[in-house]
Amino acid sequence: MAAQPRFRDRALLLAGPALLTIVIFMVLPMAIALVYSFMTASPYGGVEKPYTAGAYVRFVYDRDLDDSLVFDTTYLQIFARSLILAALTSLGCLLIGLPMAWYVATRRPVQRQILVLLVTIPFWTNLLIRTYCWVLLLRDQGLVNNVLLWLGLTKAPITFLYSDGAVLLGLIYSSLPFMVLPIYGALEKMDPRLVEAAYDLYADRWAIMRKLVWPLAKPGVAAGNLLVFVPALGAFLQPDILGGGKKLMIGSLIQQQFTTGRNWAFGAALSMILMAFVLGAMMWSAWRRAAIAVPV
Amino acid sequence: MQSLQTVARPEINLRVGSEGQSQDQSLDIETDSSVRLVQVQGVTKAFGVGPTALKALDNVSLTIRTNEFFTLLGPSGCGKTTLLRLLAGFEHPTEGAILLDNKHVVNDPPNKRPVNTVFQSYALFPHMSVEQNVAFGLERLGQRGPEVAERVAAMLKLVRLEALAKRRPSQLSGGQQQRVALARALAPQPRLLLLDEPLSALDLKLRRGMQVELKRIQRETGITFVLVTHDQEEALSMSDRIAVMDHGRVLQLGRPSDIYERPNCRFVADFIGEANVLPGSLFGFKAPYVAIRPERVLLSMKQDPENSGLPGHVVEVVYLGATTSCTVALQGGPLVKVERSDLPTGLVPDRPVICRFPHDALLPLES
Ligand SMILES: Nc1ncnc2c1ncn2[C@@H]1O[C@H](COP(=O)(O)OP(=O)(O)OP(=O)(O)O)[C@@H](O)[C@H]1O
Ligand SMILES: [Mg+2]
Repeated sequence: MAAQPRFRDRALLLAGPALLTIVIFMVLPMAIALVYSFMTASPYGGVEKPYTAGAYVRFVYDRDLDDSLVFDTTYLQIFARSLILAALTSLGCLLIGLPMAWYVATRRPVQRQILVLLVTIPFWTNLLIRTYCWVLLLRDQGLVNNVLLWLGLTKAPITFLYSDGAVLLGLIYSSLPFMVLPIYGALEKMDPRLVEAAYDLYADRWAIMRKLVWPLAKPGVAAGNLLVFVPALGAFLQPDILGGGKKLMIGSLIQQQFTTGRNWAFGAALSMILMAFVLGAMMWSAWRRAAIAVPV
Repeated sequence: MQSLQTVARPEINLRVGSEGQSQDQSLDIETDSSVRLVQVQGVTKAFGVGPTALKALDNVSLTIRTNEFFTLLGPSGCGKTTLLRLLAGFEHPTEGAILLDNKHVVNDPPNKRPVNTVFQSYALFPHMSVEQNVAFGLERLGQRGPEVAERVAAMLKLVRLEALAKRRPSQLSGGQQQRVALARALAPQPRLLLLDEPLSALDLKLRRGMQVELKRIQRETGITFVLVTHDQEEALSMSDRIAVMDHGRVLQLGRPSDIYERPNCRFVADFIGEANVLPGSLFGFKAPYVAIRPERVLLSMKQDPENSGLPGHVVEVVYLGATTSCTVALQGGPLVKVERSDLPTGLVPDRPVICRFPHDALLPLES
């Protein structure tokens, strides 16, 4: 490597624009957030000196009347709720998305293109509007309740809205394409003759799914999980609209700090904690995958 | 070899003699049900419906014997793969019946038939090692543990891949992948092994080697092989019997020597060994056409005493190493190809020559 220093220089030059973009749009904002998280919130928004770790302390301690610190799990609970909801979102998306992706991948080419287009259609409309549509569907006088009443399955309207279930539904709904597309990408590359070969070698449907489709879909599932889990963890639209803002998720909490809460330092600190957690989880899963993977 | 004998099924060891049979093999197949492994009865397979439907197979009937090396030979698109897929169970016949071991199997799915396939593209499972690929069928049949390991080892030994058991398919050469596919299909001891142009992706030398290997493996395992090919040389050298197909029909079925020496129609004569097809009237035959192999035509510079030859002139001379090929235009138009090692010297284009056609080398064709 050391033999070609000029090559290295040139490579660096070529990578320059990309590196610059990453620095400006990713590293810089993070650095700013990191600095803000160690400053003091100013009463009208923004931050001011002195530098302090107060925002991080606030995450786990509450300041009592006599100024002593009391251990407080309010924010930890919100954090845990977010984790669970994000994990359930990933799981839900996987359970729905895997069969969907398999179905699309096994159609004829023309049908496949149409189906992939259908999967991406929700992106054509703003997420906020789509989430409000769920309110219209789920509210007490909404379509779902009307149908249930009409069918006689229920006597009085069921309150679906403003619950964890509604938030989860909204999250799964909005994340589903991000699970379906990477899995479809993995399955589409699969030679259909592999399925015939397995079928020929006495495999039934279940064995084909378990021994062939699942292992080959796995890289897509890993990518899909990442694309679903991480945004779901930081989601604030769905908990605000479908959860009624009563049941906070970490994303809504952060968003509040920068808007109504006017505590930028705390918001920045929460972002940093969330990011550290996501990074840790990603590194752990990458390490695990590397450990499992048989060298190819 | 010992491991092989222990794994082979008893009925597989029971060899049906391939020598000393009556001339017409199809006759004793009809009478002796114990050697009939596969019966294809009036099978038609149409793709599509209505007037646009394409008949990939058109009323095909044939019988495949136990322990036989059976070859389907024909040009591209004649329906060979379709017939194989019907035998494996991937397709359903539009009409007709298929019997395996005297039982109807048309409604059995592929995973319920004791039939395995070596796919043209090999279709090895990319996420599994060579071993795991070979073990796949055995495990699906419910075998576990040392039983599987033993059988896998025996199969890898059979195809001479013991050293590569832990590799992934992507780390193997084309010829090695081919052999893994063969081992994987043989491992569950199918009654019938189907091979769809298994050698077409290999280069000539490797191909010759694999032909010998395939024949050896078929002999050692005693499993019935059905091979698809469009290489007539391959078919002639390996098969016990050949079915020559064209446009979804079986034109002729018989031993390689039958097909080569007694083609029953123009297509077969032409497809197998490039016969010269000439009008029958030229030699006083009632049949509309007669065929003669290029190596049976005699060529001389001057007329013999009986005056039995036909005059013509040389069109082209091609030196082929062991033999020389010479194309002669007979008087009146028809071209005759002569391919021999003992052609007279001094053949140049436009040189007048005499072609003689030994009577016993002329093959009258019905159609
Ligand atoms: N699934 C299908 N749908 C429609 N037509 C088909 C299908 N499979 C095969 N055919 C047609 O049936 C005919 C026979 O095909 P088949 O694959 O059996 O030919 P083949 O003899 O194996 O040819 P090759 O030597 O090129 O592999 C062809 O004309 C082909 O186009
Ligand atoms: Mg074919």
